[in-house]
Amino acid sequence: MTDQTTDTRMDATRPRASAAHKSSGLLGLTGKDLGLFIIVALLTILAPFILNPFPEGSALAQFNGGYPDLMQRFVIFGIFAIGFNILFGLTGYLSFGHAAFLGVGSYAAIWMMKLLTLNVIPAIIMSIVFAGIFALVVGYISLRRSGIYFSILTLAFAQMSYALAYSVLTPITGGETGLQLKATDTPLLSNLGPTEIGRANFFGVDMRASYEMAIGDWLFTFNAGYYIAAVFMLLSFYLAIRLFRSPFGMMLRAVKSNQQRMNYTGLNSRPYTLAAFVISGMYAGLAGGLMVAMDTQVGPERMFWTASGEVVLMTILGGAGTLIGPVLGAGMIKYMENIVSKINDGILHQWFAFMPDGIEDFLVFVIHPFIGKGWHLTLGLLFMLVVIFLPGGLVEGGQRIASVFRRKETKTSTVEKSAAEQQQHSE
Amino acid sequence: MTSSNFTRRGLLKTGAASGTVLATPTIFTGAAWAEAHTGFTNAPQGDTVTLGFNVPQSGPYADEGADELRAFELAVEHLNGEGDGGMLNTFSSKTLEGNGINGKRVEYVTGDTQTKSDAARASARSMIEKDGAVMVSGGSSSGVAVAVQALCQEAGIIFMAGLTHSNDTTGKDRKANGFRHFFNSYMSGAALAPILAAQYGTDRKAYHLTADYNWGYTTEQAVRESTEAQGWETVNAVKTPLTQTDFSSYITPVLNSGADVLVLNHYGGNMVNSLTNAVQFGLREATANGKQFEIVVPLYSELMAQGAGENIAGILGSQNWDWKLENQLGERYIGTNAFVQSFGNKYGRPPSQAAHTCYVQTLLYADAVNRAGSFNPCAVVEALEGFEFDGLGNGPTLYRAEDHQCFKDVVVVRGKENPENEFDLVEIVEVTPTDQVTYPPDHPQFGGGDATLGECNPGA
Repeated sequence: MTDQTTDTRMDATRPRASAAHKSSGLLGLTGKDLGLFIIVALLTILAPFILNPFPEGSALAQFNGGYPDLMQRFVIFGIFAIGFNILFGLTGYLSFGHAAFLGVGSYAAIWMMKLLTLNVIPAIIMSIVFAGIFALVVGYISLRRSGIYFSILTLAFAQMSYALAYSVLTPITGGETGLQLKATDTPLLSNLGPTEIGRANFFGVDMRASYEMAIGDWLFTFNAGYYIAAVFMLLSFYLAIRLFRSPFGMMLRAVKSNQQRMNYTGLNSRPYTLAAFVISGMYAGLAGGLMVAMDTQVGPERMFWTASGEVVLMTILGGAGTLIGPVLGAGMIKYMENIVSKINDGILHQWFAFMPDGIEDFLVFVIHPFIGKGWHLTLGLLFMLVVIFLPGGLVEGGQRIASVFRRKETKTSTVEKSAAEQQQHSE
Repeated sequence: MTSSNFTRRGLLKTGAASGTVLATPTIFTGAAWAEAHTGFTNAPQGDTVTLGFNVPQSGPYADEGADELRAFELAVEHLNGEGDGGMLNTFSSKTLEGNGINGKRVEYVTGDTQTKSDAARASARSMIEKDGAVMVSGGSSSGVAVAVQALCQEAGIIFMAGLTHSNDTTGKDRKANGFRHFFNSYMSGAALAPILAAQYGTDRKAYHLTADYNWGYTTEQAVRESTEAQGWETVNAVKTPLTQTDFSSYITPVLNSGADVLVLNHYGGNMVNSLTNAVQFGLREATANGKQFEIVVPLYSELMAQGAGENIAGILGSQNWDWKLENQLGERYIGTNAFVQSFGNKYGRPPSQAAHTCYVQTLLYADAVNRAGSFNPCAVVEALEGFEFDGLGNGPTLYRAEDHQCFKDVVVVRGKENPENEFDLVEIVEVTPTDQVTYPPDHPQFGGGDATLGECNPGA
């Protein structure tokens, strides 16, 4: 059995070596991919401008998303979704327990900060390592089954982890209250005063340090933590592109198209799916570690099944199997959660104040269910619309708009497109 | 590279433009969340001040969150001089004159904690980073309170806790920038024990069912230690999963355990379900050791009582405050009626204890700012520490300096046998005076000698 697996692995490395010769261009990316990568890089770097389009104090400032917390969440959940997409988008295995890896990564990171150093790098490395090990265990067991059984097994593992963190392992996880950095923590490598509460830093740069730039009425915030998280996101994104293009990625796609046929040809697909599962778990761990680095707190509900469901939504909303899709989906959901949920009736009344009283009240009454606590409803409707009219997710929407402008249907071999199509046909 | 801007002239223009842009930044701070020229985080600019009300609008405590939000809106109205003024008229400190806080008109932003610490922190961070809130209040569970309190400490703003009953909030997780008006597990235990002993005798055997999370643990410990001090014996204590909805398998062993009292350390939906199960299993009619079997629920709330319906009849528990307090026990609890009246006029219902604590916290914050003459968190902390006040419905109250916990009378209530309406579900049995529920700040249930507030943090 073991001999067989090593054999197949060796087989896999051979075409990879030859592919390395083939791949050309900057960073080993082909033109289209390089373009995509550059666009994503620009978007991330310029996010503080792009997300704050409305001047401070204007009524529309409510929709500004360019504050550190939300920008950090965009990239962190982007990483989470990219990782999830490596498993779900490529192999078709729907894990319903990915939040567990996020949680394990978070707990590993906060313990590193409590015990070793307040520098975020060791914490992030440990979060990836621990999530990887945990994913190996979970994947080894869960991947014995596929389809719905696999989903249920992963869900069970995640719920188990949640229950353990919530109560059984309270001494390690802090239970319901979770873990924070406290004045009583004395990390080995950091010199803290007796009552000083540690702050996460990157070689001395405080994660919360921000540089604010005012241009006219506009205020843009450049946050150190955000840019560190953004660098990790770009690295993750780059890795994902390389993975999608590699022979290994091709094997994963083969698993998705017809695993049975693969098995009949004598290929053992388990090592591939397990590798994809572990990589995907490590991505989740990285996201968890970054969450702690940005905001030094962990709670068990980070592992709750709704959190696992959320990343599935992100991926499908954006476009499963595409490179940029999951990032867009993550951004969309986090934006709804943080911006729409904060609109309340008082704000609505301000917006419609120019209308006659009757109409104003009527409009507020109509919109009321969709804002504030109703953001779930708005998101649900949006999700339905996307799934029904744009099965390829937001990416497909973008392509349709682009094709309208291009007038003629270009027969490009963009990965985005082919992956989205593949997604559509295989479902 | 063919863009027309890349001519020499274009380059010069672009260069000049970006030069002015780079010269514009007005604020440079090492620590974020800060405006250097004012000395503390989110110092109010102009003639308004923004408060952040972070309450559960979805999830298991959404009802309480909705009531908290009503109370906050009422408090803001009163602070801005609208409405009938409510408790402003009875409050012993007279700095609040209906002209906002420190002369600045009060505005507020709201957020949904979803009863998850992550979501609560995200919401609070957006209030601090985006909306410029100088104080965050609200919440309906201890996990969230502890998480948001730690965040406010880091960010350098004030946190006025809403409904949070676990000892940890002002115990091992206490923070200099955080304040709790609500009572806690220890106080529940201390208030209940003498009354339980008086009502049910001192030779009782208790069986605990405890929700398997921090609040459950601290409540069980508190009730256990106080009742054992009265001579009770604890037969068994069983932890139940938080997600449990059917407690029959936990109730069955109780009858054969030799216990004659069941203590349900449950809250919210858990409590409604476990109590209903216990009553259905006939525990209320049962006798054990020759005595009538009794059930105790350490933390009561009106909204839980509504959920449990008639099963609540005759069951003892404790509350932070009750809207009938002044009517039944007189002048000492002045403020209660003023608040109930203005709340009732606006919303057509009496306020819950969650609403009361949130309303009071907002007034206390506003008053502390007025007395300090500054929104600076450290000045506010100084004004609130050791502050003694009256007229906010709980009788004379002290904000203790050592742990930022309020000390006041605790109300012991019993479920009514024949409620007259849906809001009148509990009757007040007795009020346990402050000195019986007071404990030293380094009490072992509160983190012992290690627990420290740390330094107040003004942010910048």
